[in-house]
Amino acid sequence: MNKCDALIIGGSAGSLDVLLKVLPLIKPDLNFPITIVIHRKNGADSLLPELLSGRTKLLVKEIDEKEVLRPGTVYIAPSDYHTLIEQDHTFSLDYSEKINYSRPAIDATFQTAAEVYKEKLVCLLLSGSNSDGVNGLKSVKAWGGTAVIQDPQSAQVSYMPAQAAAQVKIDYILPIEDMADFINLLS
Amino acid sequence: MSIELPVITDEQVEVLLSDLLEYYGYDFTGYSRASLKRRILRLYSLDKIPGFAEFRYKIKSEHGYFKRFVEQITVNVTEMFRDPLFFKTLRNEVLPKLGTYPFIRIWVAGCSTGEEAYSISILLKELNLLHKSLIYATDLNPVVLEKAAQSMFAMSQMKQYSENYISSGGTNDFSSYYTANYSLAKFNEELKSKIIFSTHNLVSDHSFNEFQLILCRNVLIYFDRDLQHKVLALFDDSLEGLGYLALGTKETLDFSQISKSYKRLPGEKIWRKTN
Ligand SMILES: C[S@@+](CC[C@H](N)C(=O)[O-])C[C@H]1O[C@@H](n2cnc3c(N)ncnc32)[C@H](O)[C@@H]1O
Repeated sequence: MNKCDALIIGGSAGSLDVLLKVLPLIKPDLNFPITIVIHRKNGADSLLPELLSGRTKLLVKEIDEKEVLRPGTVYIAPSDYHTLIEQDHTFSLDYSEKINYSRPAIDATFQTAAEVYKEKLVCLLLSGSNSDGVNGLKSVKAWGGTAVIQDPQSAQVSYMPAQAAAQVKIDYILPIEDMADFINLLS
Repeated sequence: MSIELPVITDEQVEVLLSDLLEYYGYDFTGYSRASLKRRILRLYSLDKIPGFAEFRYKIKSEHGYFKRFVEQITVNVTEMFRDPLFFKTLRNEVLPKLGTYPFIRIWVAGCSTGEEAYSISILLKELNLLHKSLIYATDLNPVVLEKAAQSMFAMSQMKQYSENYISSGGTNDFSSYYTANYSLAKFNEELKSKIIFSTHNLVSDHSFNEFQLILCRNVLIYFDRDLQHKVLALFDDSLEGLGYLALGTKETLDFSQISKSYKRLPGEKIWRKTN
């Protein structure tokens, strides 16, 4: 597999539990950034970064617009904006229409990242009840990146990864127990 | 399993942007590219354009299509009382301060279809300040301004807006501000009476007045840092001493030259100009 320059994890219903299990096992000297796009309700913001930063030595922060992606950092997409990735490896935020009833939409981040990181991008789609992320994984594959999904059988809500498996040529299908090792080995 | 690469390349996006500048004087070169490119691709497939050359020609030669292009590549999504806590601060802190002035001038820059301007109008009315206020609501896109001037919004949104209004501290019956007309809610004339809708391009137009409050929310996120700095300087030029500048939830003054002469209201995306 190619060297990984960026990992993006997308998830919806049932994905938080996975993150809480996997994140503590990620090694602290990771040499690429992790960006996490999770569907959630508006308002009650900043809870997610706080919750996750308690579980890891990596720096966890909510994304600021125009922020540069740096290795060893876990970035959380803010609620109610789409997170896009620019050619100069910065984030930009976008308040356009919801996609798949979602803002943030996993598709928007996967798709823009796909064009930027190409074969050095790894995208992981977790548990969820809609098909956001599936088109994104198609773009990832089209640009030569690596598409990974949570094993639908291990997902609290299998619809999202199952849809991805049905529509996209997935590179790796991982049960929760294997995710941390997989991510650590990308480094 | 169809795998398709986008039909428009980054280089072609640059070609379109320089055409817009050359033929129409609209400068989008300082905009963040990821969003622009997504919008352009969306329009391209929506309108089933057969090829890039046709697309380019259509934009250059058909004025009507150029207008559509500008309308579609900018993001016009907005709401009434979006971010209710922001409006609560306006209601409880900012506007009462401005209420001590004999006359209040407010600029809503990038007002889109007007929902934000009408929300402020409602606040001013409830604070008994509307009679001595003037709201300049501007946008680069004439199409959204025409819509804004009609003061009609989809009935289907009213439940959400009413909830926003209540969480922002509103205590009236929100439905008293409009009359339902089939699928549309027509807002009371009085609310519009103090709003002036007008085109203004933040990239190329100058300061046109002095204000005590400028709102520019969810517009700067589409600009690169240089353009952000330029536009913030324009706001600084247009704001009186002790005036307020309000940005969107994810926008900031922090990296700008002008931040030295501003003090942030704790916990808010509102800055007050020092004297
Ligand atoms: C996402 S909307 C924000 C609406 C509203 N302020 C809000 O926060 O809900 C962005 C608006 O900025 C406008 N805009 C984009 N570039 C502009 C420019 N250079 N000058 C003036 N308005 C601009 C767009 O036309 C659009 O209506």
